[in-house]
Amino acid sequence: MDWLAQSYGQVLDLTWRHLILAGLPLLIGLAVALPLGYAAHRWRAAYAPLVTISGLLYTIPSLALFILMPLFIGTRILDPVNVVVAMTVYTVALLVRTVADGLDSVPEDVERAATAMGLGRIRTLLTVELPLAIPVIAAGLRVAAVSNVSIVSVASLIGVAQLGDLLTDGYNRVIMPELVTGIMACILLALALDSLILVLARMLTPWRRAREVVSA
Amino acid sequence: MIRFDQVTKRWPDGTLAVDDVSLTAPTGQITVLVGPSGCGKTTLLRMVNRMVEPTSGDVYIDGQAVSNQSPAALRRGIGYVIQHAGLFPHRTVIDNVGTVPRLLGWDRRRIRDRSMELLERVGLGAELADRYPAQLSGGQQQRVGVARALAADPPVMLMDEPFSAVDPVVRGQLQEEFRRLQADLGTTIVFVTHDIDEAINLGHQVAVLRVGGQLAQVADPAYLLAHPVDDTVAAFLGRDRGYRALGFVASPRLPLRSEEVLLVGESVAEDASGWRLVVDEERRPLGWVEGGRVSGVVQIADLDLGGTLAPVDGSLRAALDAALSAPSGRGVIVDDEGILLGTVRAGEVLDAIAAAERPERGNA
Repeated sequence: MDWLAQSYGQVLDLTWRHLILAGLPLLIGLAVALPLGYAAHRWRAAYAPLVTISGLLYTIPSLALFILMPLFIGTRILDPVNVVVAMTVYTVALLVRTVADGLDSVPEDVERAATAMGLGRIRTLLTVELPLAIPVIAAGLRVAAVSNVSIVSVASLIGVAQLGDLLTDGYNRVIMPELVTGIMACILLALALDSLILVLARMLTPWRRAREVVSA
Repeated sequence: MIRFDQVTKRWPDGTLAVDDVSLTAPTGQITVLVGPSGCGKTTLLRMVNRMVEPTSGDVYIDGQAVSNQSPAALRRGIGYVIQHAGLFPHRTVIDNVGTVPRLLGWDRRRIRDRSMELLERVGLGAELADRYPAQLSGGQQQRVGVARALAADPPVMLMDEPFSAVDPVVRGQLQEEFRRLQADLGTTIVFVTHDIDEAINLGHQVAVLRVGGQLAQVADPAYLLAHPVDDTVAAFLGRDRGYRALGFVASPRLPLRSEEVLLVGESVAEDASGWRLVVDEERRPLGWVEGGRVSGVVQIADLDLGGTLAPVDGSLRAALDAALSAPSGRGVIVDDEGILLGTVRAGEVLDAIAAAERPERGNA
């Protein structure tokens, strides 16, 4: 406990960095995955290639991606931007299928009714399809959030500071409290992000709770 | 008036969905497109609001070709009701109803007033306004679907099997209410169903399509039942065609017999035999009671309620059914208020049928 009392400020700082490195790519990744997922939903022929190729990105080892990133985007090797971009790639890899499947889950007669009432394609997407896809997209986002929090720790190996530093340092110098703190902080951060998405999704979909009220 | 002018639809795979159909749906009337699955009736319907583009030919609404109009603007002027209603699950009932007025840019107060008015019109209470579709029964959802289609007061409405997903009792109610609503509003309606009884019941004009997308026959229901154009149409119209056609023949003056009645609460005479009709204080028929079986004061529980009542200005079918269904064999005829006028026997109704004029004209 002495260790934690002394290093309190450092742990908070690393948690904050970890949150940014894992969380920011979630937002950017979602923004990138939405049009790609929509394309996969709208054009059947595009579904298989888009979902397969984006899915394959997830299989690239994270360390390799972190190290290769400067080659692709011209950054310096220690730049945290490398991590943000790499994590965005993973997020997109997980979310393209999710977005496509979420849009596919909208009942066909609902889409048809929207068209028949004179809603344009964009308006149908924004006011009908996307709201109804929220539960599926949120489920994918929760998986991506937890995955990001876990993968970001590896960035310690390329010198970008976050909670992973506690793991490497704690291991190298055999400081047990540091190691345990690092693990616990990662788990709590993952749980917090997961809960945040869950709560947001519930707030955005009041109609799903209404179903629980028995109709008279 | 909606006019289909030699429309044909061939899908990219070569299937012919609609084969050179020309058809007119008169203003203010219900035109029913009916036929087995695969006859192209829904495809034909969707040509009206350009959800399907014909391969050749065109559709005209009041003389204007739909192909010259922007799809979105065209659709906002055409109500559309589908099976399962297709309500937006994430919007409340009142927001669903206000969809088209919102697109048209009405102000919020007007949208709300109009939506509440329509809910009442389709028989839904104001307390349902803020519910979500999942909280409604199938019949209620379908009513919301009709209200939503009517919201901007469209002169034309398309209905694609709107009542086929609800149970038969609710379907009957919805059909009856819909018929009244349409008569009130005078909307021009094209209505698709696979159910010939629904077509006969609702249509001012019925268009029978056959597999392959050809128009087999267009006529008013009475004429169609009396004169199907060929064997396939006759087969599709089904059994009891002659009997069902009687539903469209107004009953002539039937020879009514006066009936000795019992007031409810009176006693049956000890030596009575045969069936006696029991009425309430205002001479509304309640049911039949058999002398000898029941003694003492007549209770509602003693009554045989099997017999149907026929209105005096109703159809021959109703009169014959009343006679056939009464345990006494005497069909009960009532006036508009439901008050007993007299009874008629099946044989007498049959004589009237033999004498009645059958529909010979009426081809629309």
